[in-house]
Amino acid sequence: MSPPKGKTVSLFVTCIVDMMYPQTGMSVVTILERLGVNVVFPMAQTCCGQPAFNSGNRREAARVAKQFLRAFDGAEVIVTPSGSCAAMVRHEFPSLFAGDTLWGPRAERAASITWEFSEYLVDGLGITDLGGRLNAPRKVGLHDSCHGLRVLKLGGQARALIGEVENAELSEVPDCDNCCGFGGLFAVKMADVSGAMLQDKVKSITGSEADVVVTGDASCMTQINGGLARSGSAVRCVHLADLLAESLEGQEAPK
Amino acid sequence: MKIESNNFVDLASIAVRNTDQQTAVRRGTRNAYNNRQAAFTQFGYEHGQKLRMQAAAAKRRALKSLPDLLEEAEARMKENGITVLWAEDAAEARRHVQEIAARHQVKRIVKSKSMLSEEIALNGALEGAGLDVVETDLGEYIVQIGGEHPSHIVAPIIHKSKESIRDLMVEKLGMPFTDNSGEMVAFARQRLRPIYLDADMGISGGNFIIAETGTVTLVTNEGNGRLCTSAPRVHVALVGIEKMVETVEDYALLTQVLPRAGTGQHMAVYTSMINGPRRTDEPDGPEAVYVVLVDNGRSKVYATKYAEVLSCVRCGSCQNACPVYRSTGGGAYGWVYGGPIGAVLTPLYVGLENAEPLPYASSLCGACKQVCPVDIDLPRMLLDLRHDMTVRGHGSKLYGFGLWAWSITQRTAWSYRLTAWAARVGQKIMGRWHPGPIGAWAKYRDLPTFAPKTFRQLWAERGK
Ligand code: SF4
Repeated sequence: MSPPKGKTVSLFVTCIVDMMYPQTGMSVVTILERLGVNVVFPMAQTCCGQPAFNSGNRREAARVAKQFLRAFDGAEVIVTPSGSCAAMVRHEFPSLFAGDTLWGPRAERAASITWEFSEYLVDGLGITDLGGRLNAPRKVGLHDSCHGLRVLKLGGQARALIGEVENAELSEVPDCDNCCGFGGLFAVKMADVSGAMLQDKVKSITGSEADVVVTGDASCMTQINGGLARSGSAVRCVHLADLLAESLEGQEAPK
Repeated sequence: MKIESNNFVDLASIAVRNTDQQTAVRRGTRNAYNNRQAAFTQFGYEHGQKLRMQAAAAKRRALKSLPDLLEEAEARMKENGITVLWAEDAAEARRHVQEIAARHQVKRIVKSKSMLSEEIALNGALEGAGLDVVETDLGEYIVQIGGEHPSHIVAPIIHKSKESIRDLMVEKLGMPFTDNSGEMVAFARQRLRPIYLDADMGISGGNFIIAETGTVTLVTNEGNGRLCTSAPRVHVALVGIEKMVETVEDYALLTQVLPRAGTGQHMAVYTSMINGPRRTDEPDGPEAVYVVLVDNGRSKVYATKYAEVLSCVRCGSCQNACPVYRSTGGGAYGWVYGGPIGAVLTPLYVGLENAEPLPYASSLCGACKQVCPVDIDLPRMLLDLRHDMTVRGHGSKLYGFGLWAWSITQRTAWSYRLTAWAARVGQKIMGRWHPGPIGAWAKYRDLPTFAPKTFRQLWAERGK
């Protein structure tokens, strides 16, 4: 992937962030703009097509993916606060349009300029220290979301970013690399199994010292927060961008 | 074994409520998983990865030239004095074994653990023919006396607690009551010892066949495999046709990753390399050795994009790593193979229509691929199988329709916005009424609420 420094970022906020966690999208904007990055938001974007693709409905997935490609046609760099959506664009788009002379090259191009948020900061811009500081000391646990971890090989980036935040102490959550049980339609198609997996996740979080859990995927966030709330725990799962944005509130912007 | 894979969702729902089984499966898989991690990083992460990739390459190479290797292996085995038989399906494989038993006037059979014999439902057929069949792997023995099926490739009774095993042994074998697992093992061993000596025929599986030497190799941890293959007069090895490796060097590599992946051992406790019947100058060993090379659907898979799955060395590592397997145990998968490997193999072997839920029995977390010692891309195959399912009209019509309708709303920006608006309004109107999928979600989690304004609204306002 070509270095994205100095290029305009087209933000892909993903459907879940758009509808459920718009604040996370704004956190990403805040952080990027503080770093002097020019951010645009292509209004024509919808979803990456992942729900249909993961269900095996590739024709439907391709239809949705085409809208993505149309929306991001002129983009220089695409950044998204979701590991699984980044993985979808980077790893599945090219095969979805393989052999298609019209859409194939556009899919290849989109794949080559798409970054997950923490990956863009650390590997793309080479930044780990944002100069952030939390108002009070917090023990920050992590949930490594599956696609980020195993498809994009992420994990170190988020830890590095949090490690530089003053008052944030990285706290080990056991089995932080275990799936939370979301898996898109899996959570409703096989609700009992998904529920059992979620209970495992909730147990390891509530059994740990973390008072907040950070993740890079809004879908895991939906699932884990749903489980934590149901269990009566006060711990919440937040997006990495939200924690970082919080740590920047009232801080001087870097020169 | 009856195929019940279409009932996965119901069987799984029962399984997740079975707390005893849950505890046993979780403990067992977790231990094996941790041991596996330690064994593969013993000389550093990179070393472990290299070992996996080399093993994968050896297996893929063998797969590529499988037809040639099978011929070569057959020729070498024959030279070694082994009788080689081919079986296209389960029925032919059973018939071969029955005929061998009849030819050698066999009455009692001892068996070493073999998933393939489970696959071809051999025990029932032999017992039906009036033969006395005894499983000698401790786990399989328990499964046999309990009238159950193995729930894991490597650890057949991973789903049972020590207490339930004890109760079974007390009830069925008249074992004196004990809480000491050492005593339980000793009791079973004492039971089995005379049976070996009394048996006319031993049946085993085979982990690999080395084509260049015509050697059948077998790994076990209890030594029962060794006794089954050498104590009785006749030895029959049932081996899937995909188990070929080219050279002794390749075997040396694979024999390192298999136990590491399965149990975290650097080597299995017992490794047998069988080259043929007893020679005149040898003091022991069987008089006759048969190898039955079983196809039973394998060549059908070989011709497809799923061929890579035939590299599987049956280590069970993907099962141990899989959160779905950990939650449900192997029985819920409804056929011989559970977990991620079963979710791929079962539909391919028994037909998509007989295992519709299995490719969907995964959150696609990818843990299975990460641990597989021969780097089989199981998540990719699950996705491909799901695609095949929808193309061939299997799977849920309702979800198919829903996704079609959904995809329409996502194809333009305005219809997307309309849907986002409708979802928010809908949530307000419905209040605490949770139909269908929403109800399924709400069973274990609090529902997420739609934000009062979408990101695009916030963004648009910001621009003002
Ligand atoms: S698929 Fe891989 S991990 Fe699973 S049993 Fe086979 S070899 Fe082992």
